[in-house]
Amino acid sequence: MTDTENGRAVGQGPDPDWEAVQAGPEFQELRRRLRVFVFPMTAFFLAWYLLYVLVADYAHDFMATPLVGNINVGIVFGLLQFVSTFVITGLYVRYAGSRLDPLADKIRGDIEGEEGK
Amino acid sequence: MSGTLHLAQGLDAINPVLNFSIFGAFVLITLVIVFRASRNTKTAADYYAAGRSFSGPQNGMAIAGDYLSAASFLGIVGAIALNGYDGFLYSIGFLVAWLVALLLVAELMRNTAKFTMGDVLAFRMRQRPIRAAAAVSTLAVSFFYLLAQMAGGGALVNLLLGIRSEVGQNVIIATVGVVMIIYVLIGGMRGTTWVQIIKAGLLIAGAAAMTVWVLALYGFDFSGVLADAVAQEGGKGEALLSPGAQYGINEVSKLNFLSLGIALVLGTAGLPHVLMRFYTVPTAKDARRSVVWAISLIGLFYLFTLVLGYGAGALVGPEEIANAPGGVNSAAPLLALALGGPVLLGFIAAVAFATILAVVAGLTITASASFAHDVYTSVIKKGQSGDDSARSEVRVARITAVVIGAAAVLGGIFAKEQNVAFLVALAFAVAASANLPTILYTLFWKRFNTQGALWSIYGGLVVTITLIVFSPAVSGSETSMIKGMDFAWFPLSNPGLVSIPLAFFLGWLGTVLSKEHNAKKQAEMEVRSLTGAGAEKAASH
Repeated sequence: MTDTENGRAVGQGPDPDWEAVQAGPEFQELRRRLRVFVFPMTAFFLAWYLLYVLVADYAHDFMATPLVGNINVGIVFGLLQFVSTFVITGLYVRYAGSRLDPLADKIRGDIEGEEGK
Repeated sequence: MSGTLHLAQGLDAINPVLNFSIFGAFVLITLVIVFRASRNTKTAADYYAAGRSFSGPQNGMAIAGDYLSAASFLGIVGAIALNGYDGFLYSIGFLVAWLVALLLVAELMRNTAKFTMGDVLAFRMRQRPIRAAAAVSTLAVSFFYLLAQMAGGGALVNLLLGIRSEVGQNVIIATVGVVMIIYVLIGGMRGTTWVQIIKAGLLIAGAAAMTVWVLALYGFDFSGVLADAVAQEGGKGEALLSPGAQYGINEVSKLNFLSLGIALVLGTAGLPHVLMRFYTVPTAKDARRSVVWAISLIGLFYLFTLVLGYGAGALVGPEEIANAPGGVNSAAPLLALALGGPVLLGFIAAVAFATILAVVAGLTITASASFAHDVYTSVIKKGQSGDDSARSEVRVARITAVVIGAAAVLGGIFAKEQNVAFLVALAFAVAASANLPTILYTLFWKRFNTQGALWSIYGGLVVTITLIVFSPAVSGSETSMIKGMDFAWFPLSNPGLVSIPLAFFLGWLGTVLSKEHNAKKQAEMEVRSLTGAGAEKAASH
């Protein structure tokens, strides 16, 4: 069994120069790609959720407007929150798989390869 | 009158022997699995993180098992049956919250920490004070949540096993506690995870079967279910279909709902037992996959509860639910009885018990890990490392688990008749106020430091608890915990609206007032959190 309990996976050789990696262009690009996706997306879904909560809280009549049979705006609006959650999840998985993972893997490979020497 | 007549039949149909046997079978099967899993539990990484050997889908199931508590099953179905739309609002907050975990927390935490939230925070800060603070807030959240679960257990025994005597109920609560301690002691995280996976499977399958059944009765016309729920006598009529029946009474209750909504969406990603689940998978990619699975399963489950809630309103009726023992919590079991008779009721009752068991086990292992890993090893033993101390840490974690389990049993017995529903809201509010700001600042803000973290954790914790103590949840109203006294000056039972922004502010203020900044460790943490370099790997047995 491998001993990873004491975090030795990294600490075997001299520590990599983390500040140099952090300042490097590849890491800066990875950081930018992550933030450029997750920050606006978080702002969007929080605002969208807050809008729903506020409408549910203060606009009962609007939510009670019937659409099809007994299905009203409130139920559709609520179900749309489910849909948006599923869609954002899917978008993130795609984005992370194509734009984040390859770059992260490459940087990690460089760091861990360096230590192996 | 016809309602009461029907109710009497409902109570007679509860067959304790049948319910016990189904639940007993669940306990027996899971115990066998836990014993088998325990053979591989040797190191701290095994005990706390199941050797990081679970796959994404498995962990996603376990997250659903950890997250879908008895409160969210019985409580939400009942709330929709009686109050209609307002019950649905809960489930949306509980689900959307997972996006915070997916986008901001899960992968970065998995890459940075070993076992606990304290690991992440302590990475670039002064170890001892920060670990102590992280442990205090972890223990507080776990304890509030645990107490709520165990107190709910008493009512469930009454409802599902037909045990009315005080002593009988206490014996059942104690038995549940003992079984839970056995899971945690013997199986560690691996055993606990399997219990949660099995429970999630049963719960979701049971809810799915009932949902299809309800819809089939109406020719798969959801609108028809709604029409019948509205038409039921003694209910809220048309008001069931739109928000406001519960929270729309006055301006304070509306504000209270807004506050709850914010705490739900921001609290989930700060719940310690949820965070700990991310350490049981081998890589950050698996952590992502597990959140995707969790979102799918939890989302699906909450869609089922929407149908089940209105279905219970339509097929059982609000009067009968409100008058049954267990009140609002009896909606799902009574619906099961109406659909599939005593056998389905027994199955749903057993699943509800399994739910309490699994959630309590998850909380206990989290709290014990936090105490042993953060307080015992890092604060008391001052971080000595080596195999000896790792072994003694696991021993301390096991002892802590027994103590916490015993406290949960006692709490469950004493809080049985109390209205402790506010404890779940409190746990979410503390998680959103004390934990989430600190985690987000640590992961994303370069300048953040020890003083900022201490201010946001302790500040968030103290503000939240103070506001709750002086809120109508504790005194001054008919549904308060302490009746007949009134020292409430804070109008909202849910403090999130005030406590969350305040905790973010305190974290910022504490940081800028301190000069401390460890650029080297910050660089290491950021690189490791984004790339997974040097992250804890799976143990290969």
